Amino acid sequence: MDLLTIGQIINTTLVFATALIFASLGGIFSEKSGVTNLGLEGFMVFGAFAAGIGAHYAQEAGMGGTTSAWMGVLVAVALGVLVSLIHAVASITFKADQIISGIVINFLAAGSTLYLVKLLFEGSGDSPLVQGFSKFDVPLLKDIPLLGEALFKNVYPTTYLAIILVFLTYYILFKTPFGLRLRSVGEHPSAADTVGVKVRRYRYVGVMISGALAAIGGAAITLTTTGTFSHNTVSGQGYIAIAAMIFGKWNPIGAFGAAVFFGFSQAIRNYVQLFEWSQSIPQEIIYMLPYLLTIIVLIAAVGRSSAPSALGEPYDPGKR
Amino acid sequence: MGAATPVVELKQITKRFPGIVANDAISLQLRKGEIHALLGENGAGKSTLMNIVFGLYQPDEGSIEVNGKPVMIDSPNKAIELGIGMVHQHFKLVQPFTVTENIILGSEPTKGLNINYKKAAAEVQRLSEQYGLKVNPHAKIHDISVGMQQRVEIVKTLYRGADILIFDEPTAVLTPQEIKELMVIMKKLVAEGKSIILITHKLKEIMEISDTVTIIRRGKVIDSVKTSETNPNELAEKMVGRNVTFKVDKKPATPGDNVLEVSKLTSKNKEGISVLNELNLNVRAGEILGIAGVDGNGQSELIEALTGLRKVDSGSIRLQGKELSNHSPRHISESGVGHIPEDRHKHGLVLDFSVSENIVLESYYKSPYTRRGFLNFDAIKKQAKRLVEAFDVRTPSIETKARSLSGGNQQKAIIAREVDKNPELLIAAQPTRGLDVGAIEFVQKQLIAQRDQGKAVLLISFELDEIINVSDRIAVIYEGQIVGEVLPEETNDRELGLMMAGSTQKRGTVHE
Amino acid sequence: MSKVLKWFTRDSFILPIVAILMGLILGGIVMLIGGYNPVEAYGALFKKVFGDMYNFGEAVREMTPLIMTGLAFAFASRAGLFNIGGEGQFLVGMTAATFVGVKFAGLPIYIHAPLALIAGAVFGGLWAAIAGYLKAARGVNEVISSIMLNWIGLYLANLIVRQFLLLQGENRSVDISESASISLTWLSELMGNSRVHLGTLIALVMAVLFYIYMWKTKQGYEIRAVGYNPNAAEYAGMHVNRNIVKAMFISGMLAGLGGAFQVLGVFQYQTVMSGSPGTGFDGIAVALIGLNHPFGVLLGALLFGTLTYGSAGMSFAADVPPEIIRIVIGSIIFFIAAQGIVRWVLKPFYSKRKKEKVL
Repeated sequence: MDLLTIGQIINTTLVFATALIFASLGGIFSEKSGVTNLGLEGFMVFGAFAAGIGAHYAQEAGMGGTTSAWMGVLVAVALGVLVSLIHAVASITFKADQIISGIVINFLAAGSTLYLVKLLFEGSGDSPLVQGFSKFDVPLLKDIPLLGEALFKNVYPTTYLAIILVFLTYYILFKTPFGLRLRSVGEHPSAADTVGVKVRRYRYVGVMISGALAAIGGAAITLTTTGTFSHNTVSGQGYIAIAAMIFGKWNPIGAFGAAVFFGFSQAIRNYVQLFEWSQSIPQEIIYMLPYLLTIIVLIAAVGRSSAPSALGEPYDPGKR
Repeated sequence: MGAATPVVELKQITKRFPGIVANDAISLQLRKGEIHALLGENGAGKSTLMNIVFGLYQPDEGSIEVNGKPVMIDSPNKAIELGIGMVHQHFKLVQPFTVTENIILGSEPTKGLNINYKKAAAEVQRLSEQYGLKVNPHAKIHDISVGMQQRVEIVKTLYRGADILIFDEPTAVLTPQEIKELMVIMKKLVAEGKSIILITHKLKEIMEISDTVTIIRRGKVIDSVKTSETNPNELAEKMVGRNVTFKVDKKPATPGDNVLEVSKLTSKNKEGISVLNELNLNVRAGEILGIAGVDGNGQSELIEALTGLRKVDSGSIRLQGKELSNHSPRHISESGVGHIPEDRHKHGLVLDFSVSENIVLESYYKSPYTRRGFLNFDAIKKQAKRLVEAFDVRTPSIETKARSLSGGNQQKAIIAREVDKNPELLIAAQPTRGLDVGAIEFVQKQLIAQRDQGKAVLLISFELDEIINVSDRIAVIYEGQIVGEVLPEETNDRELGLMMAGSTQKRGTVHE
Repeated sequence: MSKVLKWFTRDSFILPIVAILMGLILGGIVMLIGGYNPVEAYGALFKKVFGDMYNFGEAVREMTPLIMTGLAFAFASRAGLFNIGGEGQFLVGMTAATFVGVKFAGLPIYIHAPLALIAGAVFGGLWAAIAGYLKAARGVNEVISSIMLNWIGLYLANLIVRQFLLLQGENRSVDISESASISLTWLSELMGNSRVHLGTLIALVMAVLFYIYMWKTKQGYEIRAVGYNPNAAEYAGMHVNRNIVKAMFISGMLAGLGGAFQVLGVFQYQTVMSGSPGTGFDGIAVALIGLNHPFGVLLGALLFGTLTYGSAGMSFAADVPPEIIRIVIGSIIFFIAAQGIVRWVLKPFYSKRKKEKVL
């Protein structure tokens, strides 16, 4: 296997990892503030849907391919935030079981997006093909051996955006007052409350950010890999993102690494033909790979105690 | 009333919750520079009152004045603005954060968009020195001692410019030495112009440090007196409403043979540290052995080892000669060990089960409660009814969920279950925690009754008074070992306190 | 009589009903927005299900696997576990049943069919036990592991069909032997020649067994104790980990049995699936609507089956996209989960009743 192929594998890995990075970062914001978010899958679906619709109508309106794509992203963010409010209101204000609320979001996402697609596009199960983002090359850097192929050639802007967000998230969470307060609300909401940090407000913000980021993740899939939205555009990426978040111990850098790892397990499916022995393995085994790896990783990942201490518990100010 | 305006004045504060009037027209004055103690039993209404002062609750009637001006304290933020700070009984500290992060949370100094950590740490250092509150600004909370955690809580209030400090049961988790240090701190704070409200039910501390005492009972102010003009007995009587005997009524013990023999018990935790370090102790039939010690010195681990919930790495536990270490909880229970756990909600009861289901929690699998795999509800109900009556467990019905019972009645149900097993060894861990005086009396009577019947009782408690009053013999645990053994009538707080803090003067030997 | 009335007005009865109504209303609103007529739509839905015997029979047939996956989720919930893996357990059970149904030809029917059913149950149970074991032994969150196992189960099912059971040239397995089938001709004829099968009766029996097991036996007592408070259960001498794995196994058994029903009673073969059928997830909805009680699950399956089967009629007669039913169902679950909202809506009605004891 030569350098070029390795570079390509890394490149493909990043493409698959991008959506996971967005979604797992979103999960981190929500869970760090203490709200379990199993609805990441649903948010991604809504985002993928919104991006497909948004980009399509933008294109119809005459905007260029890339501009339309960014419009798609904006619509996705808007829808993601809106839908996240459902989870937020249910879990935070009405203190519903957060796991159930998240699963409900996934149900609603599957149903309503497909309904709307059929409604808008005359019974078709797919949204119309959009141009989406185009790959581009970074001048000069693209010629670096290995790294050039991996990171600077044939890249999507969304991938760069994802990586920037990783560091931005880290900075926000660990260096700013907002981040300190958000984390305090997830670890010891009562302590935060008594120093005047509004627990509910920060949790709402955490959930809304998670909705936005996960939606961007979904949008990234529609606007880069598939070009349309259908019922199996997202197919489980949201759950893998949750696993990435757990594997990354609720730390943005860790989640990034985990997302890349899972992205790799998906990318490798495209390259398996390169290995001679792959011919004798049934294709199903190869499809299973990302999920098998996830479980293996979860088993090996020690220290579940990295979860925010108040995760999943609705805050009741009445209890001291 | 003195010439100066009180720093804080509460006028006719009333607060109602469903079914209860927590505060009933309470009036109180805090003068500048004074330490004002608020005395009352559990449930008397002290915490509710202070939560009102701190802005966590709003009064239904009445008013508050700070420095003569009427104020509406509608949130902790408002309270902080007014210069009121609270040092909570259960520390409100975020474990994975550093001392500094905890102190600045919510009022972070910034440089541009990020936190100016250096400035924050410097400020923490300054406050620490000014008030003699030793803290390590960069340590994480889960690494520091309980004493330092409390100091962090105090610095938190000072950082926000508190002039009025409320201490809520501050000495519950401290050794006698740490309590002395706290008193010194409080005197220093007052010297620097602060005023303090001290919520407590510990008469000794009130007599030592406070200037004024206000006694609350069942939500009402009973009296407000100058500490110098009263004494503990008088205070106790006002607090409880009747004559209080401090000594528990009991005949002298007539201990028999060893029922429990623990020798060289060692158990390590995840990090490889020995939380039980070659521990030796024994309990004889017909005696109550009280284990005194500050929380965190191995008590919980000892109980876990004795009840089969913790692996023992070396050493032995023998009950009437039978080796019990590393056996299953069920085996140990069936061998004659009863256990009243320290956290009744977490370990003692399944709150969503009915009272009767809880009564058979340890016997459901045996005949007659189970026959051929099926539960025999008649037998279960019979047993539950019998025990509920015998132990005066107040419940609307045996099918009521345990969750609905009061703490005292929950504890009675647990005791009923354990005592009915007729165990040779009864382990009681913090058995009176959170109970009112009546329930405390009941529990202590039960322990003594067991002992009078010739059983062995192992009592573990953080309340020194309880240990001294109830035990026949006292052992002190420190860092996983028994470091001293004394007889209650021959010792005092100071000696016990020293041993609890590790100042080992091994008086008395461990009986062989 | 007043006792019956009291039982009916209990919270645990009223709340789901109101939640269902609210969900239906919400669905109606969504239809209005889309320009459809909700009255016409719901009418078409009910007509489709209850209109004639054949359709009713088919609706019942469709509800049957939902009862099983619903019972599966409900059972695990009682043990404090979120078994999101019903989907995978369903498929693994299905595959095991198909395998036995195809490969063990030549056995008499009263051995072959039960054997196939048992295989479905056992393998479904084992598949779930994996997640249970991982949780008990390694603390792996059962939600994530179950979801991963769902995917792995899907591919495993396809793998086995393609490698061992394939009908040449087709994308499905060969037919299972007649001797393994559980379809009942007399029942089918009774119900308008629909494809009802023995599985429905077995499902009803399972619901009853669930009830008895959970509340009348010693083992059920343990599972409930572990589900409510694993700490107290441990202190009382129960084996928490053992119970977790046991509960997951039984839960998986129920789901696997549901999968077996599909191949042994309805289709008589198994296809290579491009995507998960979703029965496992729908079972979660059914269980939530039924408040995790076996008899509630029966009612929930009835509701769910009616809504989904009827949605085809809605689409045909009133032109409404069937996905809207997903929205209705999602909303119903949402309102059940966020009970606070329903209570808030019912506040004016509550203040007339005697206030419930505050715990």
